[in-house]
Amino acid sequence: MSDLLQELEKEQLRDDVLDFAPGDTVRVLYKVREGAKERVQVFEGVCIARRGSGTGETFTVRKISGGIGVERVFPLHAPTVGGVEVVRRGRVRRAKLYYLRGLRGKAARIREKRMR
Amino acid sequence: MTRIFTEEGAAVPVTVIEAGPCPVVQIKTDESDGYSAVQLGFSAKKAKRASRPELGHAARAGLEAAPRILREFEVGDDEEFELGQRLTVEVFEAGDTVKVTGTSKGRGFQGVVKRWGFAGRPASHGHSHSRTPGSMGPGTDPSRVIKGKKLPGRMGGVRKTILNLEVVKVDTERNLLFIKGGVPGSRNSYVLITK
Repeated sequence: MSDLLQELEKEQLRDDVLDFAPGDTVRVLYKVREGAKERVQVFEGVCIARRGSGTGETFTVRKISGGIGVERVFPLHAPTVGGVEVVRRGRVRRAKLYYLRGLRGKAARIREKRMR
Repeated sequence: MTRIFTEEGAAVPVTVIEAGPCPVVQIKTDESDGYSAVQLGFSAKKAKRASRPELGHAARAGLEAAPRILREFEVGDDEEFELGQRLTVEVFEAGDTVKVTGTSKGRGFQGVVKRWGFAGRPASHGHSHSRTPGSMGPGTDPSRVIKGKKLPGRMGGVRKTILNLEVVKVDTERNLLFIKGGVPGSRNSYVLITK
């Protein structure tokens, strides 16, 4: 990629660093515009994947809502993502936790990461 | 290509094009050339790479270096240009539709499926995989293949024009145009942008 293109991408990246990784339980503060009003929608669940690089980076959050698994993909650098709060750090051994889709209840638990 | 986010959070795919400044190198008029056009230059050649005629041609427009690219754009009689006048991205503004002409990426020798979008054969139901062109046309009656039949061959590397592309953003400081979608050609290739 040319230097110029990289520079332009850098301008689009968000300034606040969102420090979270797959396995973490996160709260995504998503700005929703309804007519003229703007309100913040919270989506809380387990981050099961982060993919892509630069402005195209996205992350997937999975939660169980009313007994049904719901996954949502957010563009990491979109201005509509107001912030990501880490609720709990999980200890996982792979980068993509797609195996969680096949599990439910007790089996779908993730051990907490022990911080030194 | 890259993407820029709108305030609503939508990601717009854009191609970033460095456009200009383009000096007017020559003005062709009905009296002198039989048609009216302006010749625009872009970028600069090293002095030792430029030929003397090129340097002379550039000097007429008051340029120090010979432009790397010279292209003519037809204009109406009523439009006024001066020699040496610099056209910048300010000619365009966000929301304009433009057409972009360039040389598409060369794909080499390709079969009919990629080159012409033929469907090929089914992958299952007793077929051995096949991407063949199939029948060449009618039989005994013409006894020949009709001219223009779509067949395998060299694909890409030809001049292509894409119409109605939207200018999303104009960066006057760095002379950049952000155009929605893709344009013909590879990275760092040259294109013509017409309003």
